[in-house]
Amino acid sequence: MKEFQEGSLAVAEIVRMCKPGVVSAYPITPQTHIVEELAQMVANGDLKAQCINVESEHSAASAVFGASAAGVRSYTATSSQGLFYMAEVLFNIAGVRLPIVMTCANRAISAPINIWNDQQDAVSLRDCGWVQVYAEDVQEAVDLHMIAYRLAEDKNIMLPVMVNMDGFVLTHGIETVDMPSQEQVDKYLPSYTPLYKLDIKNPMTIGPLVDPDYYMETRYAIQETHKSVLGMLPKLTEEFSKVFGRTYNGLVEGYRLDDAEKAFVAMGSVCGTTKEAIDSMRKKGKKVGLLKISCYRPFPHQAIYEALKNVKKVAVLDRALSLGSYAPLASEIKSVFFGKKKGPQTISSFIVGLGGRDITVHSIEEAYKLIGKKETCEFIDLKPELLKENYA
Amino acid sequence: MPEHLFTSGHTACSGCGQSLAARLVIDTAGPNTIVVNNTGCLEVFSTKYPESAWQVPWVHSLFENAAAVASGVEAALKYLGTKDTINIIAQAGDGGTADIGLQALSGMLERGHDILYVCYDNEAYMNTGVQRSGLTPFDANTTTSPIGNNSKGNPRPKKPLPEIALAHGIPYVATASVGFPQDIQRKVKKALSIKGPKYMQIHVPCPLGWRHEPQLTYAIAKLAVETGLYPLVEFENGVKSARQIKPKPVEEYLKTQARFKHLINNPEELKRVQAVADSNIERYNLKLQ
Ligand SMILES: Cc1ncc(C[n+]2csc(CCOP(=O)(O)OP(=O)(O)O)c2C)c(N)n1
Ligand SMILES: [Mg+2]
Repeated sequence: MKEFQEGSLAVAEIVRMCKPGVVSAYPITPQTHIVEELAQMVANGDLKAQCINVESEHSAASAVFGASAAGVRSYTATSSQGLFYMAEVLFNIAGVRLPIVMTCANRAISAPINIWNDQQDAVSLRDCGWVQVYAEDVQEAVDLHMIAYRLAEDKNIMLPVMVNMDGFVLTHGIETVDMPSQEQVDKYLPSYTPLYKLDIKNPMTIGPLVDPDYYMETRYAIQETHKSVLGMLPKLTEEFSKVFGRTYNGLVEGYRLDDAEKAFVAMGSVCGTTKEAIDSMRKKGKKVGLLKISCYRPFPHQAIYEALKNVKKVAVLDRALSLGSYAPLASEIKSVFFGKKKGPQTISSFIVGLGGRDITVHSIEEAYKLIGKKETCEFIDLKPELLKENYA
Repeated sequence: MPEHLFTSGHTACSGCGQSLAARLVIDTAGPNTIVVNNTGCLEVFSTKYPESAWQVPWVHSLFENAAAVASGVEAALKYLGTKDTINIIAQAGDGGTADIGLQALSGMLERGHDILYVCYDNEAYMNTGVQRSGLTPFDANTTTSPIGNNSKGNPRPKKPLPEIALAHGIPYVATASVGFPQDIQRKVKKALSIKGPKYMQIHVPCPLGWRHEPQLTYAIAKLAVETGLYPLVEFENGVKSARQIKPKPVEEYLKTQARFKHLINNPEELKRVQAVADSNIERYNLKLQ
């Protein structure tokens, strides 16, 4: 049913329909509306979950670790500093292969403290073993949560999934969302039966000490499973479209790419603005398109190669930095084409919208003008007058 | 079916007090128990892949979060409707409890989870090489509270963790000692018969860290209690009871361990340690009347 709904409330609603048995989270802007809504659902008896109001994000991640190890579908949500505070537990969750789903309301990182949107939080944790998917709009955020549980709990995968949605832009944005019925969700997402769990009838030691004789294989196994995710996601999205009628590729999505000579690459809500800019540039005869990266971990090298191999010039929009080096997404896009016969002549890298700075159609057009002229880390929408003030 | 739920063959040092206490705890708790273990000696010496000493479901996550992981396990069992038939024990060393894990422990106690938390107190970070913790006793020589011209060892007394736990208003708090095995069994039984959060702190000598002969583990543990340096107290719904002693001079305890060697010919310092014991004796009313 189509509803006019705030992103956070829509996500809370879909999480409810995914029927987690344990929810544990710690408040941080802009994630709060999601967990407040879930708490209200539990209070009203609409969600039959145990809600643990922990004393920190470290404990939130730890609590869902414990709940998932005990064999129950579990959910958490966080953002920014909270995600970083969870960091060591997140590696652990992936290492123990627990199929937890988390929403990350993407937000900038301190200092300076800033509650607004960019993607530095999740991008900085790209190596923790979690699958990372990024939503362009609220509808996609809703749908990705169902897909996330299916993927995480697949017996050939058994990895945690982080659903990223841009803070405020999507968490607090109000959009028209097609909310599924409980029957549809149940059809797509069966109840969870764990492969292993803490079970008094079948006692197991989970999380033992593993020495150099055995450690490397556990990491290799996760690396291999990430490859399987690349095959699994498109299958799950295909199944998804059969039940819900909405189509996703799962890995990447091209927009007006077929005859494009120049193409942007981006993740998350900036894709919406970029599409708008592309439409207006197309009207002026410019052959430009977009490749949206839906799945950032695993990184879909092959799908990106196929989508961009015939594009002449590529411009990557990063909403995060790897301070002291190339921007994270741009450097990986470049790595896709290393040693390949086909590929763009230039790959330019643009930094947009850090700490919530508005990304407008004009920002994208500015970047467009610089495609091929600037190769590395060009900041768009910088305010030169502020730089003078600070350093003069 | 093995004789114990914590079996032999693990790699603890000879005379390890923690391994003895852990076995007493889990054997008393029985097979219907899930154990959540912090990082530390116990986790390391009992679960080196592909072996494990644990005959009950057991999980390790990290150094500071057993209380939080156990909270999640408890919530999951509640959701599944099996909580009333299964005990949950969260266990950790003194460092994992009193220092880095204190926040998670406090959260677990405050939220009222039905979990028994056991702190195996060997009075330092042993797994990483005998660094001081918040539960290292006054004047103990450790690798990060070494003796020197300007130092007599650890400058501070033990953090009053049982009282900190008690201040959360939880139904059961107890200290115990591996020197009194039946007392451990009785306390574990009692704790598990009570619903809600329970805190137990068990004194466990560490031959390597305390530098004592491994065969003296029981004797030394007993002396700690008998001198008043490790009072055995119990708070059931806030009501205190304590094991009564005929106090022995602290020197009898201190001289068994090289971590206190520097105190033996130092009457001034000995007096200060005696004052710690005397204050315990008065505070908990330990003296046998
Ligand atoms: C976050 C973090 N910090 C530090 C460590 C290193 N570390 C592992 S075990 C340990 C000491 C454990 O001391 P305690 O809790 O007293 O247990 P014991 O080994 O003495 O039984 C330390 C410092 C770690 N694993 N994780
Ligand atoms: Mg210790």
